[in-house]
Amino acid sequence: MTNTVDTPTDASRSTPPSGLIAVARAPGWVRYALLAVGLAVAAWLPNGLYPAVAVDILCWALFAVAVDLLLGFTGLMSFGHAAFWGTSAYVTGLVAIHAGLPFPLAVLAGALAAAVLAVPIGYLAVKRTGIYFAMVTLAFAQMVYYVANEWRSVTQGENGLQGVPRELFGVDLTDDYFFYYAILPIVLLGLAAAWRIVHSPFGRVLVGIRDNPARARALGYPVHRYKLTAFVLSGFIAGLGGGLFAVGHRFVSLDVLHWTTSGKAVIVVVLGGIGTLWGGVLGAALVVRLEDWLSFSGFEAIGLVTGGIFVLVVVLFRRGIWGSVAALAHRLAARRR
Amino acid sequence: MSGFAQNTFNGLVSGAFYALLALGLAVIFGMLRVVNFAHGAFYMLGAFGAYVLLSEAGVPFWAALVIMPVGLGLLGMALERAVIHRLTKLDPLYNFLLTFGLTLILQDLVKLRYGVQSSPYETPSLLSGSVDFGLFDFPTYRVFILGFAVLLCVAVWWVLTRTRIGMVVRAATERPDLTRAFGIDVGRWVTPVFGFGIGLAGLAGVLAAPMRAVNPLMGADLIIVVFAVVVIGGLGSIFGSVAAGFGIGLVQAWGEAYLSNFPLVSQTIVFVVMAGVLLWRPAGLFGREEAPA
Repeated sequence: MTNTVDTPTDASRSTPPSGLIAVARAPGWVRYALLAVGLAVAAWLPNGLYPAVAVDILCWALFAVAVDLLLGFTGLMSFGHAAFWGTSAYVTGLVAIHAGLPFPLAVLAGALAAAVLAVPIGYLAVKRTGIYFAMVTLAFAQMVYYVANEWRSVTQGENGLQGVPRELFGVDLTDDYFFYYAILPIVLLGLAAAWRIVHSPFGRVLVGIRDNPARARALGYPVHRYKLTAFVLSGFIAGLGGGLFAVGHRFVSLDVLHWTTSGKAVIVVVLGGIGTLWGGVLGAALVVRLEDWLSFSGFEAIGLVTGGIFVLVVVLFRRGIWGSVAALAHRLAARRR
Repeated sequence: MSGFAQNTFNGLVSGAFYALLALGLAVIFGMLRVVNFAHGAFYMLGAFGAYVLLSEAGVPFWAALVIMPVGLGLLGMALERAVIHRLTKLDPLYNFLLTFGLTLILQDLVKLRYGVQSSPYETPSLLSGSVDFGLFDFPTYRVFILGFAVLLCVAVWWVLTRTRIGMVVRAATERPDLTRAFGIDVGRWVTPVFGFGIGLAGLAGVLAAPMRAVNPLMGADLIIVVFAVVVIGGLGSIFGSVAAGFGIGLVQAWGEAYLSNFPLVSQTIVFVVMAGVLLWRPAGLFGREEAPA
């Protein structure tokens, strides 16, 4: 193999790429217990938080899991996932406003649109790896942002799409508390799908590609096609989150496509723990809650805090929450043996 | 014809900004394997610094042109020592995230103090007016920017190819381990090179102050376009980055002038070119081929 452009130094070759953490294998009963706790928290959430914040957490949880599917399990850091989150938000909003469909169908339409958009972007982006992949996805997402900004007749430009309805066969969902329970099954379905993908033979191939693309290729796996499939699936899941976000806010603004949204999704994953899937859910809950608290207390420079979190997490806490806990549990288990 | 010359000239001027930023990015990437997201923020700090120096301390443009790049270069070196160098042994993605976080912090610090509205910066009197080139005349200031940027790029090229320092930097960029094996202390050059790249971004910012709106967000959108530019040129190639910078400036200006019915074109054309390059030469026009993955 010749010296590559994308691989940083020969020294970093011998260590696993990206310092990614493998999913810790906990005993069966622990995993069932964790699942039960997770479901219980999800069922209780809007009683302990503002229901609107709880809704945001659900949407961002999907977004984070979608990004982790690529970052943690395929070794691709998409820095342009706002393109899928935002496109779905707009399509969902437009379908809900103009077609008056029940919101789950509108969200499905949005997520499908995101997946369709992910095909050309992914096709081009998977030609590069590592840091270049991040730059390419970021650039294409910015292109989508410009298109939405200029296409005012459809997107209403800076005014945003107003009055996205929460239609569901005439059920009154204006209260965020009930809306939370209406979207919870969809979100759980999305999360389950991500889990299923990661633990399928397809997901194992993705991890193999992440850890050693050359070997995966030598074994006859069409690496590009696997990456593209993962990219499209990830775009779809991010789209589910974005569509629900649009219905949840009853409003879509250009912010959903902005590069800061893409960056926030990545840091949510890093904070939760790269390659842990559920870590992203935790990260989403923390960041959304924190931002809500900051804006509620009238603090203007939210970027100062999110930026600070970025720096601290990357410098001091690269394993993230879930990763740290898993590593600790692993060490304890090893000592007992 | 004169319209074409006008558009070409304007394209080269905006290309000069891309080239200066891309050059800094490429030099830093070559030496540290760091893609510096905060490059746009330092460009913004350069412009904002010039504005603050003039409006609050009466420091003229010419002084700012020296003070800001040097000051920001030193700040960059401090930053490299403090945090960035801790992460250079890891995957470059971590430093990308780190500098992304720094961008948010720097932007919001400036926003908190000065708000988001744009501030005007007067063109220095020596460079106001226009230069007559016979058939057409161009604003003196823009002629100055173009000349200055080309001169800088040539100077950097000269340093890289004709001096000992440049030789070490190029060798360290292409084969760091082999360079070390020859007994050259590569680590010694890392911090100055980072500072130099940041200084270039600050310089571009000062140059931009009189002709672009000075506001806290001016760097962020620009840096994403510059990322597309270096993907087109090939980030590993310093010449490629500079050439792509000028090239994209030209293509954008022509698109704006001759496809003015489609305002989207000038904004998105760089991304379309990037898509084409990825299809045709994934490693960039001047980049080396990657190993198949």
